[in-house]
Amino acid sequence: MMASDDIDVAYVAKLARIALSPDETERFGTQLTALLEHVAALEKLAVADVPATAQVVPSENVVRDDVPRPSLERETVLEAAPERQGAYFRVPRIIAEDSIVGEET
Amino acid sequence: MTVPETAAEIARAVNERELSAAAIAAEFEARIHLREAAVGAFLTQTGALALAHAERVDARVRAGEELPLAGVPLAIKDNMCLTGTRTTCGSKILENWTAPYTATAVQRLLDAGALPVGKTNLDEFAMGSSCENSALGTTRNPWDRERVPGGSSGGSVAAVAAGEAVLALGSDTGGSIREPAAFCGVVGFKPTYGRVSRYGLIAFASSLDQIGPVARTVQDAARCYDVMAGHDPLDATSLARPVAATHNGLRDDLRGVRIGLVNEFTLSALGADVRATYERAYADLEGLGADLVDVSLPTADYGVATYYLIAPAECSSNLARFDGMRYGLRVPGADVAETYERTRAAGFGDEVKRRILIGTHALSSGYYDAYYVRAQKARTLIAADFATAFQRCDAIAAPAAASEAFRFAAKSDPYSMYLMDYYTIPMSLAGLPALSVPCGFVTPPDGAHPLPLGLQLTTPLFEERTLLGIAHAYERATMHASVRPPIAANETARV
Amino acid sequence: MTEAPHAGLAVNGTPYESVIGIECHVELRTQTKMFCGCRNVFGAEPNSNVCPTCLGMPGALPVPNRLALELLVKAGLAFGADIPAFSKFDRKNYFYPDMPKDYQISQYDTPLTQGGLVEFWVRDGTRGRCRLTRIHLEEDTGKSSHAGSRDGRIAGSKHSLVDFNRAGVPLMECVSEPDIRTGPQAVAYLETLKRTFVALGVSDVKMEEGSLRCDVNLSLRPLGSSAYGTKTEIKNMNSFRSVERAIESEIARQAALLARGERIVQETRGWDEAAGTTHSMRSKEEAHDYRYFPDPDLSPIAFAGDDIARLRGELGILPNARIERFISDGVPLVQALQLIDTPGLAAYYETAATLSGKPQATLNFVLGDLSRLANETGIPVHASRVTASALAELVALVDAGTINSKTAKDLLGRLWADGGSARTLVESEGLAQVSDPGAIDTVVAEVLAANGKTVADYRAGKTKVLGFLVGSVMKQSRGKANPQLVEERLRAALETTGVS
Ligand SMILES: [Mg+2]
Ligand SMILES: [Zn+2]
Repeated sequence: MMASDDIDVAYVAKLARIALSPDETERFGTQLTALLEHVAALEKLAVADVPATAQVVPSENVVRDDVPRPSLERETVLEAAPERQGAYFRVPRIIAEDSIVGEET
Repeated sequence: MTVPETAAEIARAVNERELSAAAIAAEFEARIHLREAAVGAFLTQTGALALAHAERVDARVRAGEELPLAGVPLAIKDNMCLTGTRTTCGSKILENWTAPYTATAVQRLLDAGALPVGKTNLDEFAMGSSCENSALGTTRNPWDRERVPGGSSGGSVAAVAAGEAVLALGSDTGGSIREPAAFCGVVGFKPTYGRVSRYGLIAFASSLDQIGPVARTVQDAARCYDVMAGHDPLDATSLARPVAATHNGLRDDLRGVRIGLVNEFTLSALGADVRATYERAYADLEGLGADLVDVSLPTADYGVATYYLIAPAECSSNLARFDGMRYGLRVPGADVAETYERTRAAGFGDEVKRRILIGTHALSSGYYDAYYVRAQKARTLIAADFATAFQRCDAIAAPAAASEAFRFAAKSDPYSMYLMDYYTIPMSLAGLPALSVPCGFVTPPDGAHPLPLGLQLTTPLFEERTLLGIAHAYERATMHASVRPPIAANETARV
Repeated sequence: MTEAPHAGLAVNGTPYESVIGIECHVELRTQTKMFCGCRNVFGAEPNSNVCPTCLGMPGALPVPNRLALELLVKAGLAFGADIPAFSKFDRKNYFYPDMPKDYQISQYDTPLTQGGLVEFWVRDGTRGRCRLTRIHLEEDTGKSSHAGSRDGRIAGSKHSLVDFNRAGVPLMECVSEPDIRTGPQAVAYLETLKRTFVALGVSDVKMEEGSLRCDVNLSLRPLGSSAYGTKTEIKNMNSFRSVERAIESEIARQAALLARGERIVQETRGWDEAAGTTHSMRSKEEAHDYRYFPDPDLSPIAFAGDDIARLRGELGILPNARIERFISDGVPLVQALQLIDTPGLAAYYETAATLSGKPQATLNFVLGDLSRLANETGIPVHASRVTASALAELVALVDAGTINSKTAKDLLGRLWADGGSARTLVESEGLAQVSDPGAIDTVVAEVLAANGKTVADYRAGKTKVLGFLVGSVMKQSRGKANPQLVEERLRAALETTGVS
């Protein structure tokens, strides 16, 4: 179950949107495989009936009232943009011409 | 008069108008100017801003206000937002980003009269234990310039150790305040997870990150904590429970205090001098009246493995937003996918990439249960072990780091660096309050200078008052904190 | 669950049915966004309602909007959904330029509501039901437009422009079971969701403003089979009508493929409104690995029994229950739907009908003259100067025979313009119907005397001229005469020989 040599660095880098050179893929592959061998020690822990801790100090229903707070000045926001066009953030075209991707929600 | 060395004394002098905050701001700007070449604690100096704040503090004091941090020079780790200042996380991807808002913790300190003297260096996105992972600068240990200050809050501890600031903010995810505080001989305190708002702290691992003070003395750390702690409506993970003031709970002896020594944390793996120092520290605790008891943390050994799944998993998601679309670096590509990939390849350093990759893997389809869920379960066991141990003791004493400060480039293998946090990670996973207080010096075989070590103390959740009280008694009795590195030893400037 | 299969759908002679499930994204009607205090409004200046949190700025954190949680729970309760004791937020990780954090805060395995049943009326009079799988809460994305191409579509553009005002708006995702069989059923299902959410104040559900968006999952299988065929997901419909058209088009496409012995490819298809067809958007082979995990910035949500009881108590009478009652009152289905789907009209009708005690007569005015006046003036009936009590009074006057329907129609026009009381107008202007046979006979005699030729025609057997004579009497009486009595007295007079 916790195979230690199973990281597909190229696939993971694609998911994480980080371009890697072949050298980097190789180097990170070696380093991360070694790390996974260390973390494989966790297999020795009997955890079948143990609940997972997502929050170490438990709390629930932390919410706020539906009351407006000031937004940021638009100029402040747009000044930080790598590229803008008028009141909009300008980003590269969303995908290559031949495959149109719909909006996800 | 000279500027006093502690926040408590400075605030008293400014509140009583013996000293002006403006004069202190000027003195620290000059001091930073003199010392930075040797230390390199700061990525951005904000002397003009400190002066502007100082003038406001002086006006408020003249108007009759008493401010707990009046005129106290404060260094801020550069993963915390401060409106109008560059906030970089030590990363090329944010090298030129100006924060449009201020972190809650920072704002509370500024409102209490602190003067923001600059933003300090860190391992990129707080990932590292030496400060060597910063893409934007090198910080040197003020005790030995050939050595690292520790990390990730290396700039903050170096600034306080070198006298470039009196208080500093660090952030601690797996030891990032405690380990560098030990390396630089200052007090570094990580409160209970959720005590201090994370709003405005640039996230590394959200379920572990916690802001805490770096100071010359436990009393100053307590004063800083008292100002910062408490619920923030902008952080859903900040605790709603009331905060007991700690600065007035400091004690001078340890009679009736049970201090646990962890069976699994054998000192035999440490160097002989380091081991002797810790043994003497434990003896000093006993000498102050504490009862030393053996406690067991059977799962503590799994801390590093658990941490290096949970923290990277969270970071892989937290750092997705650095994509070159809305702010920060953009390296254009033919389309948006290529722009993402190039931006992130150029913007992140190797350690950040490693952690994003391992975290992405740990969450990915087919591996989630084996890695992420298993680690979250291990975390439950580790927290439960502490709970059991605390049935037998009021606090646990342990090393704050596995060694004294090491030389630059000494840890080239990532995993050997990860092991530096062996003693601090379990407390982080359990969300416990913990601190490092100076506990003596060793001169390593490969070094010419004595280097500080830190004693780590830990108490149950929410027991900051007990923790700081014990640390204060130890610090007062041992006086290790009063020894300053040469660069800060002679502060004679009169203001 | 629904019984009516797609009429006549067959593949090479074998009867087939379509199996349809719908996922709707509905924006919740709150003052502020889901996780920050920025305003949730449509149509603001681009990037004017944004803050560190909804722009995904470094260091910013989310805090959930209590009202959004409650609105969603009400939506679920309205359809009998379960509210689990434990719910949490998860991160759905994928990169997209209009999604600020490059993850969406959503809910993976612990939605706020589970199950539920949507019962609906199709316009052909049949009823249907569709089970809800779940309703969960998530945050909306920003909105991209695509400059640089001729038609504003993504293809051919050089770059995209992003407005983050919508980013972080609370969105509930309603996922249905595949219980729907036809396009009209799909529309009826959506209309039921819409009218319920509007009635609850949960959402304004405006497809044209994007506050409701829906995707359709559709597959075919031989009638009687319990296995599912390969499904496609259809996106980009911008009205209920286009949902119906897209379903019909996709059924035809899949049926044609199957008839030719070809395989259906599991994929997302976009609806092209102008062409009236769906086209392939991407194939599912290009797998997504969303790496869901619990959001460590947020704590779990647990609705207590008290909260649920309070929210249940706030539901009021739901549209389905009102439709049911209208129908049992004898209101035809189409008119019941018209009442319920016109804002304010059902309540107006119910009040007036209760006050007048004459539901049918009231309904005729509400859906007839009043709806016409509303269309002409742009003022909704319930907001007009004709109060429900004024209408009830009018209905009562007609029913009592005090005024005739012609007078009632005229009066309604005057009440619409000036308001006031029908009874007062009738009294002050002497508009009461004349039902005195003597008075009518006088007018009848005058009219017959003035229309000798017509009278002769009638008597010669051209009885259809009676209508003209009735009209003349009515006119002479300034509309006040009782029309039935006029006709009766006219016939009597005409059939009495010797009168000239
Ligand atoms: Mg969704
Ligand atoms: Zn916002």
